[in-house]
Amino acid sequence: MSDAARLAEIVARHAAREGPLLPILHDVQHAFGCIDARAEAAIALALNLSRAEVHGVVSFYPDFRALPDPRPEVQLCRAEACQARGVEGLVAAAEAAAGERVRLSKVYCLGLCSAGPSARVGDRVYARLDEAALVALIEAT
Amino acid sequence: MRTVRVSDDALALACGADEVAAAFERAGCVVERVSGWGMHWLEPLVEIDGTGWGPAGAGDVAAILAGTSPKHIGTIADHPFMARQQRLTFARAGRTRPLSLEDYEATGGWAGLSRARSLPPGQVVAEVIASGLRGRGGAGFPAGIKWKTVADTPGLRKYVVCNADEGDSGTFADRMVMEGDPFALIEGMAIAAHAVGAGQGYIYVRSEYPHAIAKLNAAISLAAAIVTPFRLEVRVGAGAYVCGEETALLNSLEGKRGEVRAKPPLPAVAGLFGLPTAVNNVLTLTALPHILSPGGADEYARLGIDRSRGTAAIQLAGNIRRGGLFEAAFGMTLRELIHDIGGGTASGRPVKAAQVGGPLGAYIHPDQFDLPFDYEAFAAADALVGHGGVVVFDDTADMGAQARFAMEFCAVESCGKCTPCRIGSTRGVELIDRIRTGARMPDPVGALPQMHNAPKAARSREDDVGLLEDLCETMRFGSLCALGGFTPYPVLSALKHWPEDFL
Repeated sequence: MSDAARLAEIVARHAAREGPLLPILHDVQHAFGCIDARAEAAIALALNLSRAEVHGVVSFYPDFRALPDPRPEVQLCRAEACQARGVEGLVAAAEAAAGERVRLSKVYCLGLCSAGPSARVGDRVYARLDEAALVALIEAT
Repeated sequence: MRTVRVSDDALALACGADEVAAAFERAGCVVERVSGWGMHWLEPLVEIDGTGWGPAGAGDVAAILAGTSPKHIGTIADHPFMARQQRLTFARAGRTRPLSLEDYEATGGWAGLSRARSLPPGQVVAEVIASGLRGRGGAGFPAGIKWKTVADTPGLRKYVVCNADEGDSGTFADRMVMEGDPFALIEGMAIAAHAVGAGQGYIYVRSEYPHAIAKLNAAISLAAAIVTPFRLEVRVGAGAYVCGEETALLNSLEGKRGEVRAKPPLPAVAGLFGLPTAVNNVLTLTALPHILSPGGADEYARLGIDRSRGTAAIQLAGNIRRGGLFEAAFGMTLRELIHDIGGGTASGRPVKAAQVGGPLGAYIHPDQFDLPFDYEAFAAADALVGHGGVVVFDDTADMGAQARFAMEFCAVESCGKCTPCRIGSTRGVELIDRIRTGARMPDPVGALPQMHNAPKAARSREDDVGLLEDLCETMRFGSLCALGGFTPYPVLSALKHWPEDFL
């Protein structure tokens, strides 16, 4: 199936819902790894919006990306509860382990606040990380 | 064959519960995946016939089955952490399988909904008002009053929206409900829908909670026939903290940028798609099945102190020895919560501060730990109860850095709609940096000859502190929503109690 056909199929799946834009953008991001200018234009046309409106939404939310990033991602919680449990002391080692190969991103709270420092890779979450465990997690990603 | 119960809550999974469960299966046991009890320092917690072991690893399985494991904690329900609680909203935590309709019905499920549906909507609203239930999202607005407004406002359609965008650090009670007792939330929403006359409900969950999203979707399809004609749908957020603010959340649901709306009109009058909408937090909605059960409203109103009625789901987090979920009637002091129940810090060092109410809550000094958990008492002390998260810090914490982080967080997460929040937070970071580094640079623009009224000398430290206080006042009273409006709480409380950390 061509990209355009896959996109049209995603839009059609959600078009009948109330406020369909965010569900569409989630699926497009998931299917293509980004929401580029062509996707924005096609979605705008299908939903009778301007491309500026769609771009405004895409650029507002951290989960949506304009350009693909094929690197695996490790999200490290950097919010207060994990700070209180020493996450900031792990950042240098985590960055060194991630290098250019892994995208180490900040996230504000994974809801594991009594057992931090915590991290997320895809749909898996990890808690009670120390430096060795975090580095091993990043290297295994 | 022995039945072993292990939680499948995200926190238990993050601590290795799947590996423990697999090890028990290999040892020939039947493993039941239940919700978490909320004793997070003991996860993965293993239960066999009411007795618990934790924190268990796959290597402990043989010793647990032989009864020789040193991780034995006795009867879970009698554990001191559990025995001091009064669990209404979390009555099923640890006891039922999250997606078992059978377990839900056997523990009193759907009784509140069937009773509510047998009553006229006005009476349901009246019972909720009588129970004294206040919004658990943070603002503490009386839930029944909000519903009365929705019910009394004419509209083509009405909506019930559950705010499950639990972005505050130190809070996880919503996540525990969605993952551990999703039918209770669905039942609560169906009760709310009956009370306000709504046909459609949305649960807006943050994308950081993949397990909660999966459980809710599964639970909604299982319960669809029970709550019909009420329809429910999960909508997933996209990483924006500000979408936890109710009007930003509604914009996000509509497929717009998650920007805050000016109030009035209140969402109860013109909410989702401009129609009357009841927006409530997960815990508010989950409290309803109990309140609508026979005698539930009276029992709820008897608990608590002053105008804070019922139970609070207190989340003990951060650097605490015994972290987890503690549900008790309002009125307990922070000292009891942090020291008696939480056991002090996990690091064993002295407690320096506790931040209550998430990233927008004040840092509370140990001298104030006699504050009772009560909306008004906290407000009088320039602090917030918020969503009930308590994040403990030990004496290695740098409160100046925490104040800077509060401003930085606001700058990162601001929706950009109002100036005090968008610009003020960035200026706040710069000011705190200047105060902390002691850099006394004269302002180059102020030095220009045409700037007649600008001071020609660099500002002193006192001037900078005064400016920070002034900025905080502007943010507090000039911001559209609580993000900019409450960021001054952590900043000013840190400045007030730990001025030495700003040198």
